[in-house]
Amino acid sequence: MSLTLESILIRQGEFALAADLTLPAGGRFAVIGASGSGKSTLLSLIGGFLAPEAGRVLWSGRDITALPPGQRPVSTLFQSHNLFPHLTVAQNVGMGLRADLRLDAAQKARVTASLAEVGLEGMEARRPAALSGGQQSRVALARVLLRDRDILLLDEPFSALGPALKSEMLALLARIAERTGATVLMVTHDPADARAFAPETLLVEAGRVHPPQPTAALLDNPPPGLRAYLG
Amino acid sequence: MAARLQLGHLVAAFLAAGILGTLAAVAWFAGGLGGLTEWDWRAVRFTLWQAALSATLSALLAVPVARALARRRFRGRGLLVTLLGAPFILPVIVAIMGLIAIFGRNGALNEGLRALGLPEIGIYGWQGVILAHVFFNLPLSVRLILQGWQAIPAERFRLAASLGFAPRDIARHLERPMLREVLPGVWLAVFLVCLTSFTVALALGGGPRATTVELAIYQAFRFDFDLGRAATLGLVQIALCIGALLAARWIAVPAGFGAGMDTAHAPPAPAGWRRWADVVVITAAAAFLLLPLSAVIASGLPRIAQLPAEVWDAAWRSVIMAVISALLSMAACLALALTVARSGARWVETAGMAPLIASPLVLGTGLFILLRGIASPQQMALPVTVAINAAMALPFGLRALIPAARTLQADYGRLAASLDLRGWARLRHLTLPRLARPLGFAGGLAAALAMGDLGVITLFATDQPTLPLKLYQLMNSYRMADAAAASVLLMALSFALFWAFDRGGRLEPDP
Repeated sequence: MSLTLESILIRQGEFALAADLTLPAGGRFAVIGASGSGKSTLLSLIGGFLAPEAGRVLWSGRDITALPPGQRPVSTLFQSHNLFPHLTVAQNVGMGLRADLRLDAAQKARVTASLAEVGLEGMEARRPAALSGGQQSRVALARVLLRDRDILLLDEPFSALGPALKSEMLALLARIAERTGATVLMVTHDPADARAFAPETLLVEAGRVHPPQPTAALLDNPPPGLRAYLG
Repeated sequence: MAARLQLGHLVAAFLAAGILGTLAAVAWFAGGLGGLTEWDWRAVRFTLWQAALSATLSALLAVPVARALARRRFRGRGLLVTLLGAPFILPVIVAIMGLIAIFGRNGALNEGLRALGLPEIGIYGWQGVILAHVFFNLPLSVRLILQGWQAIPAERFRLAASLGFAPRDIARHLERPMLREVLPGVWLAVFLVCLTSFTVALALGGGPRATTVELAIYQAFRFDFDLGRAATLGLVQIALCIGALLAARWIAVPAGFGAGMDTAHAPPAPAGWRRWADVVVITAAAAFLLLPLSAVIASGLPRIAQLPAEVWDAAWRSVIMAVISALLSMAACLALALTVARSGARWVETAGMAPLIASPLVLGTGLFILLRGIASPQQMALPVTVAINAAMALPFGLRALIPAARTLQADYGRLAASLDLRGWARLRHLTLPRLARPLGFAGGLAAALAMGDLGVITLFATDQPTLPLKLYQLMNSYRMADAAAASVLLMALSFALFWAFDRGGRLEPDP
């Protein structure tokens, strides 16, 4: 099993991004590059929010380029707006099982269990506004756990959290990735996150997504463009 | 993603076809402009003249009121500002009853003038039309200009204070530039409203010197039964509306109702004679707005219980029609707004705004032409009224819903898509809860407007009058006591419908 981006070309006005690479299943990859280099565009492509001008996206040999986002083997955590504010915690998580929220008793029990898994027992009836930022991230992760998709995309979902909370979330994320066996792509601005979480890194630079390379080596000896960005 | 055909596309196509088809029927039936008499051309001139004069008076009189409200803080100010929004959903015919109570032959003003031995003033004729238009549009203008005042950043006023500006310096450097920007839009907004004025002209105008084009359509249709001339006048009315809307493309017309009104800061409040002038201005404006309605309420409220059964029948009929109209309007509004937000299709938005180019009486004439082989006027009256009222409320509803639907799509569109939240589940768990407020507001506006509307129904002879029509008939047969009581009932029902829909939208908790 693997995620393949086959001769992908994306064009948005002046901006263009090319990718041609294969990621083995179960790997954890950081996505690093300067602002505007196309990191989020890459995630939008895999998530199904953006159609490429040319090329195909394949999961285990199956062409998923034309599938709508919700039918792809993908879960996405966005930078913000990961929860519906008018729904309770349990409903937000339950949507990971059935979008119409018609859950039977067994499914409801799974919702409760996944909330316990991320450390939110007893919070089912709360609304997101009544939770802290870290707790909100946990709710979103509980939903990821329930959806149990093959690919997990993270577009800096923890960037608004403080350093201690963030490393806590990364640890939880690592545990969930291990449990679900998902292939994880995480966009990050922070080299420390990349080192801590992802053995390998995709560098997005000069309109191209580079094939994965060992994170530590890349960050120890960055190419000039990345060096300027990291400072 | 590929643009899919959505419900909103169908609604927009239906609306565009309905309105354009109706206008086409009017155009097909219209004789040449040669068919118009000298009387008709007078109506065209009067329409433009009264709309221009009403707009000018409303805009100019609103400036001191808005300035006084912007810089003074007093008990009841918030209530007064809220009340300034009320005329929008106040039935026109009720306001006319109020104005007659104060300015009519036996009104308080003329009683006073007679007691002093001064000549009386008349409310019937062009001056009554202007008076009623100013009554309705002065509050609207005050709200719009007040928004302009509150949009001046507090820092500017602080800077002015630190530089030791006198009131005239503030006026010159801060207030007049703002007014130059805001007033043209205000003027045009009022002008547009007055351009299609029907009820006011019907009740207070008429005759060679105070007939609007809308009223002329009604007379040609109803009294002369000259469909060709009615249609020709309809074309003239469409041309006037399109002309004004084209002008509106150059001048930004502000949205009149519902925008957030109050900010914490107040511009500096000068003392001395300016303080007293502000007191006088605010008192006069409040009296002008409240006295007519208070007079109607005082005379009508005690008699509501004695209203004859036919009035209650009309009231019940009107409520049902208003609710159907509002539900239709809300459904269409929602479908259009969601499609605009998702696909960004300009033509869908334009179709939703299309009712602006067609006045109710023009649409009524067109529908009559189209349907007369199929249904009798009697059968047409109520359904046509419901449909036209639903359509006429669309532009107002869309103004509230489109921005909200865009925000919804921008904030939660991707999350919903990633969870495969579609169709009914999306409507139930995402769209309706998130859009409940603007949707309830749009429904409230539509219901209140439909409840109070006395327009297209007058075209059709019917033994099933709506409450506004019943009220008009009572006025015409000089049953003024019953008319006052029916006015109070109509006003109460209009406000209650608005409240019920708007409140319904607020039941949803919004964290």
